[in-house]
Amino acid sequence: MKDQQHNPTNDSRRNFLKQSALLGAGVVAGAGVLASCSNQPAGSGEKIKLLTATGELVEVDPSQIKRVRKEKLTELQERGREGLTGHHWTWVIDLAKCKNARKCMDACVGAHELKPYQSHINVLQMQDSKSGAPYYMPTPCFHCDNPPCTKVCPVNATFKRSDGIVLIDNLRCIGCRFCIAACPYSARRFQWFEPDYTEEQKNRVYDVELNVPQKKGTITKCLMSADRLRIGKLPYCVSACPNGVYWFGDKLEDTVTNGTTHETVKFSELIRDNAGYTYFEDLGTKPQVYYLPPKNRTSPYVPVDKFQEKYEEKRG
Amino acid sequence: MSTPVTTSTLPQAPTFEQVREDLIRPLHKNTFANKLWIRFLIVIIILGAIAYGHQLIKGLGVTDMRDYSAWGVYIANFVFWVAVSLIGSLISSILKLLHQNWSNPLSRIAEMIALGAITMAAASIVIDMGRPDRLQNVVLHGRLQSPILWDFFVVNTYLVISIILLYLPLIPDIAILRDRMTDSPPWQRKLYKALSLGWHGTQEQWRLLRRSMIVMIILILPVAFSIHTVTSWLFAVNSRTGWHSTIFGPYFIAGAFVAGSAAVIIAMYVFRKRHKLQQYITDRHFNMMNKLLVLTMLLYLYFNINEYLVPGYTWQRLDGEHLRELFLGHQAPLFWLTQILGLVAPIVLLLFRRMRKPLPSLIISIFVLLGAWMKRMLIVIPTQFHPEFPIQNVPKHFLEYIPTYTEYVISAATLAGAMLIITLLVRVFPVVPIWEEAHDRGINKIFKAEKTSNIHENEA
Repeated sequence: MKDQQHNPTNDSRRNFLKQSALLGAGVVAGAGVLASCSNQPAGSGEKIKLLTATGELVEVDPSQIKRVRKEKLTELQERGREGLTGHHWTWVIDLAKCKNARKCMDACVGAHELKPYQSHINVLQMQDSKSGAPYYMPTPCFHCDNPPCTKVCPVNATFKRSDGIVLIDNLRCIGCRFCIAACPYSARRFQWFEPDYTEEQKNRVYDVELNVPQKKGTITKCLMSADRLRIGKLPYCVSACPNGVYWFGDKLEDTVTNGTTHETVKFSELIRDNAGYTYFEDLGTKPQVYYLPPKNRTSPYVPVDKFQEKYEEKRG
Repeated sequence: MSTPVTTSTLPQAPTFEQVREDLIRPLHKNTFANKLWIRFLIVIIILGAIAYGHQLIKGLGVTDMRDYSAWGVYIANFVFWVAVSLIGSLISSILKLLHQNWSNPLSRIAEMIALGAITMAAASIVIDMGRPDRLQNVVLHGRLQSPILWDFFVVNTYLVISIILLYLPLIPDIAILRDRMTDSPPWQRKLYKALSLGWHGTQEQWRLLRRSMIVMIILILPVAFSIHTVTSWLFAVNSRTGWHSTIFGPYFIAGAFVAGSAAVIIAMYVFRKRHKLQQYITDRHFNMMNKLLVLTMLLYLYFNINEYLVPGYTWQRLDGEHLRELFLGHQAPLFWLTQILGLVAPIVLLLFRRMRKPLPSLIISIFVLLGAWMKRMLIVIPTQFHPEFPIQNVPKHFLEYIPTYTEYVISAATLAGAMLIITLLVRVFPVVPIWEEAHDRGINKIFKAEKTSNIHENEA
């Protein structure tokens, strides 16, 4: 017991123990530290005049100024993450009109360069009861105002824009597919394989609002044709419908326009007068796609798998 | 039964030197069987790496996961490995805090299993990613709202704590190896010298070791509970039938202790046999571990009844569809096999003393562990086939999920990976803690005196 005198190895051991405890705590704290990193110049006593976003002129100490961290994004990515100001897009789907033409699906597949079974809008054959006549129901992404999918995304690759559109950024997506699990409406698709592109097509600049070129190992979903809305046009599927199923418009303007007839009506009146509804309100997702009930059903019953061949996966 | 080891023929009260030599002996020679085993594991890992390369190049489409079964065997593996890793905290922390000293010789086995399992849990999650090349986005663009981020940090934290909790009680043992294993190859001697951190067994060093171990033993508890609770939330936070359940956290933790206890019993059997440790891992240990297994299985059974009976009673629209599929439909054979062979039958069998002997309990534990893995498959996969809207206009094979060869090979490689980690650790470190064993046998005094005299000899 007499070797209690100062022992260098003893010290290094103590340090190690300290460090190992610190390391454990450090990993826990790591997230917080990463989040709070910012550049702060030292205070100098002078004041700087600044114009706030609300138009007020204020004075602040230079030490209080924090640089806004700008993410490295391409121009299209940056533009795509901001909504079109002054809009809140909405969609009314009249189930009484749908005759299962599937032109919307074809238009979607064409515009977003998808395989037929990946269409962002899916026309489902529905039969609520055994005695009831079937009807056809196009289901796009419902662009929920309280979207479960964006909440679970670990990297902010899917996000809700100020104009109500839920978009995805395929240069950011890590392909964890948590959003597929979270979406109650089966609105999300995954690129399980490399899309069939030539080298030239593959190297195009990625457009967030069109989600083209599609990328292997990432999510793809209905974007409300954000690229079309930017140039003042109706979504691809809405314009392609021959039967007047779709009304597309703006909740803030309270107007919706029919994609086939180009008639414009008041959104609130259309919903009120035709008993419009949304799906699974009890989930609290606040979907922004409304349905008008399938009254006067005339569509004949077609076996669900009649179109099956078109949607089979062609495996190489 | 237990064949006495030739050099330590004394049946009662072995000396410290005997205990030490008994526990070190397996490290002296790398047997042919061991070499073959390591090569076998490496071959499987290489096959897995080739399969993973194939998946990287072609995309996740080489698996049978599709839009309506977007999570498959990789996520089930992830949950399984996280579950198994929790045993480290149960034996090294909970039992220690409850002063259950009988489990001391098993703590290192449990910690090694925990380390192997948590490493493979981390690997499984990366394997499941569509874009593993963008893993850094989780740090660069991480959103704290996402349970994946919670999982990311808690898995890494648990990995670090597991390494520390394995390493701390190893230090005095490594010092013994440094002094005794002088015939080992140079790399091994260097390893011992570096990892022993100049341990001489002084009072100050013992005090520091004890204190830091207590800190880690307490620190690992909330992390261990968090890791599996957060893992269960990956499912529970989605409003889907079969997942959206408030008891998922404790349900998963109870299931984790079942899987981990079974894994420890299997490992106990293997190392006892291979390292001839019959005097150190005794029938009493098997008896106690099996009682612990029964206890955790009863708890798990209780949660199972809650999880299936309550929605089964109301039989709401989607719950009914999901449960019909499990109880009577396509999943029924697997479901009942898993629940009966992996849970109910082991509970009943282990109530009998004879079944808690080494060999019967090994067989039962293998069933329990297989059942634990199948159960994870049954939690992850069937739920996904019961979305709110009907599944239409997709290829026919989207309607079912049958893992492909690629998935099985990669899964087997994670199993081989965990076993390789354990095998390599056991190759260089004693599987039963020498100093703790000596301490529990009341011969630690000799140990300390011997250590200090050694120092003086070395310094002289």
